[in-house]
Amino acid sequence: MAARLVSRCGAVRAAPHSGPLASCRRWSGASTDTVYDVVVSGGGLVGAAMACALGYDIHFHDKKILLLEAGPKKVLEKLSETYSNRVSSISPGSATLLSSFGAWDHICNMRYRAFRRMQVWDACSEALIMFDKDNLDDMGYIVENDVIMHALTKQLEAVSDRVTVLYRSKAIRYTWPCPFPMADSSPWVHITLGDGSTFQTKLLIGADGHNSGVRQAVGIQNVSWNYDQSAVVATLHLSEATENNVAWQRFLPSGPIALLPLSDTLSSLVWSTSHEHAAELVTMDEEKFVDAVNSAFWSDADHTDFIDTAGAMLQYAVSLLKPTKVSARQLPPSVARVDAKSRVLFPLGLGHAAEYVRPRVALIGDAAHRVHPLAGQGVNMGFGDISSLAHHLSTAAFNGKDLGSMSHLTGYETERQRHNTALLAATDLLKRLYSTSASPLVLLRTWGLQATNAVSPLKEQIMAFASK
Amino acid sequence: MWSGRKLGSSGGWFLRVLGPGGCNTKAARPLISSAVYVKNQLSWTLQIKPGVFNEYRTIWFKSYRTIFSCLNRIKSFRYPCARLYSTSQTTVDSGEVKTFLALAHKWWDEQGVYAPLHSMNDLRVPFIRDNLLKTIPNHQPGKPLLGMKILDVGCGGGLLTEPLGRLGASVIGIDPVDENIKTAQCHKSFDPVLDKRIEYRVCSLEEIVEETAETFDAVVASEVVEHVIDLETFLQCCCQVLKPGGSLFITTINKTQLSYALGIVFSEQIAGIVPKGTHTWEKFVSPETLESILESNGLSVQTVVGMLYNPFSGYWHWSENTSLNYAAHAVKSRVQEHPTSAEFVLKGETEELQANACTNPAVHEELKK
Repeated sequence: MAARLVSRCGAVRAAPHSGPLASCRRWSGASTDTVYDVVVSGGGLVGAAMACALGYDIHFHDKKILLLEAGPKKVLEKLSETYSNRVSSISPGSATLLSSFGAWDHICNMRYRAFRRMQVWDACSEALIMFDKDNLDDMGYIVENDVIMHALTKQLEAVSDRVTVLYRSKAIRYTWPCPFPMADSSPWVHITLGDGSTFQTKLLIGADGHNSGVRQAVGIQNVSWNYDQSAVVATLHLSEATENNVAWQRFLPSGPIALLPLSDTLSSLVWSTSHEHAAELVTMDEEKFVDAVNSAFWSDADHTDFIDTAGAMLQYAVSLLKPTKVSARQLPPSVARVDAKSRVLFPLGLGHAAEYVRPRVALIGDAAHRVHPLAGQGVNMGFGDISSLAHHLSTAAFNGKDLGSMSHLTGYETERQRHNTALLAATDLLKRLYSTSASPLVLLRTWGLQATNAVSPLKEQIMAFASK
Repeated sequence: MWSGRKLGSSGGWFLRVLGPGGCNTKAARPLISSAVYVKNQLSWTLQIKPGVFNEYRTIWFKSYRTIFSCLNRIKSFRYPCARLYSTSQTTVDSGEVKTFLALAHKWWDEQGVYAPLHSMNDLRVPFIRDNLLKTIPNHQPGKPLLGMKILDVGCGGGLLTEPLGRLGASVIGIDPVDENIKTAQCHKSFDPVLDKRIEYRVCSLEEIVEETAETFDAVVASEVVEHVIDLETFLQCCCQVLKPGGSLFITTINKTQLSYALGIVFSEQIAGIVPKGTHTWEKFVSPETLESILESNGLSVQTVVGMLYNPFSGYWHWSENTSLNYAAHAVKSRVQEHPTSAEFVLKGETEELQANACTNPAVHEELKK
């Protein structure tokens, strides 16, 4: 409510204007364009899932939904033998969302990997934190992005009477309705595509990534900065087959390196490091790369005696207070090979939109927030946005409300901004805290990590927050 | 009763307000719609409409004024206007028409004058929807009210008509104010689905009673009965156009001291939530009066529940307390003639007993469903 008051204190949150007066065009009389109830701009993981969630919603049975995707339709006849190098960690909450419209079943029929434990440790000390659920339930799932996309596409095809998908379509202009209701001007958002076709919609959902065109056209301020890091991804073959249901992450001073299980013999690598080092890693030959990966996980070169002693002291204190023995640090499986041509890098940054909604516009996924992959939360936050927005829209539809009305859109915004801002802040803080090898900060984070590892309720809270 | 004395303290003023509240007579009053207020930066000049006397009273509320001027700016001038039912015929008060004529174009501004009416939809649409769904055995997902014919009396700009149309019902909205219907017509024309489901007409209820007798599954008179001249005739007409077993939904304001203090004095004159002159306390209807008129017309009241408006958040809430706003749901008895009632021939009570005997099986049937 405070957020609402703050937003109202400024002025009536006016509809956006994209440039000069062209934005407030008067459309006299009813136009012959199709009027869609919802248009989702951007057919990536989050956009397609949003269209699915609405398409399968019971209160949307007589509504018309349109999904606009700039790229071509990806048809996956047969699952390829080689794993894709872009994978996502899907939390249990996201899995629930995907199963609510039947996409999770398709994913189960294709392939995914559940992991039951997560070990996160420091390169500069012995401190570690081990996450696992009491009954060793699945903590999360590692699924290739292509597999998720294919499952979503199949589900969209099944509701094609309600959801229309246009591929190779990119909106080039949006025309917003006038902020004040005018007698003869259309109250809908007008969208013009590259090929000249136009549509009208009651609600435009922007799911077009961190360089969102919708967000820019609406004029929403975006707080963003680039990290001086790039992430290198690759598919790795392990030396020997193992149960491989543990996710590993080590914080090196240059950035975190993570190993995510894909199968008994394969794991996916996500290594965030400086731009120069990332470029080196991608171009160096495969043997050197494998050595670099192994030593990043195993080498204790960054340890200092001072920190080790201090860490041991706290560990002793903790073992006095807590009778149960904290498990010792385990080593991840060693890597033998890397898949050819599977090494790719992409830059990292943080972004957060100041507003998630405007009259008749809502932002979800990376268009609203962009996060460092160290916590594996990027796409999960997007799926969380979908759950919340779909819930609000469903209730609004059952109440016969105008879908673009701010009254329920602000409810979505408040709910998600609270959650996302906290997670973004925590991730950024962790990134900065672990980017240094200066002793005071290392000591602080060593003791902090050890203390958190000792306090089980705190760990459970963290897991619960991250798996929503 | 109303003296011309300037009051020093607000406490004294309130006492005076609460005291003579019930003593205003229903004398014929000049049809001067006094929506006048002095735009003085330092004070509010209150103009209370005494029925017969034409006296004014100036009250100074400096501290309240600053609080609520801030509220008004924050809420971007929310002046909700209750629905006006007017233009001619027996139940229409032509004096009320003028108040609403000026605001006929403001209906669809969700943060504007009619904001509380927009947010009242969060209560009244589910209220209507859920009570109607009880009578439909299998409803279609996405269009729960498909197949229902609903009459929205005093629809204004169509604020309640459109949500009902979106839920699948065929709705006819009537309003005596021509400008309101024009606004409503224009607004629905942009939505092809609503365009087919909703029909608007400029007329009063009495004008269409004959041609639409017993054709509607539901009649909605939201924020209307506190504006009509002849409540009995109005409710009789509502009953006539309803199918047997049909539902009547009414939302209105109770006639209590609290509703005077909060509904007129606070809302209209202090906080500016409602434009001045919108409501007349004498025309407010208590649930007991409403119930007795409904029962005597063969409508059995199923639910009466209070509604509360929070001016700070802008949202309405259901409440046990009906002393301010309330909503009522009544059902027209299914059977008009009951065979056993013929035996009870008591002078002057025949009709009432018939109504009672009819409503009992009607209620039983409702419960069975």
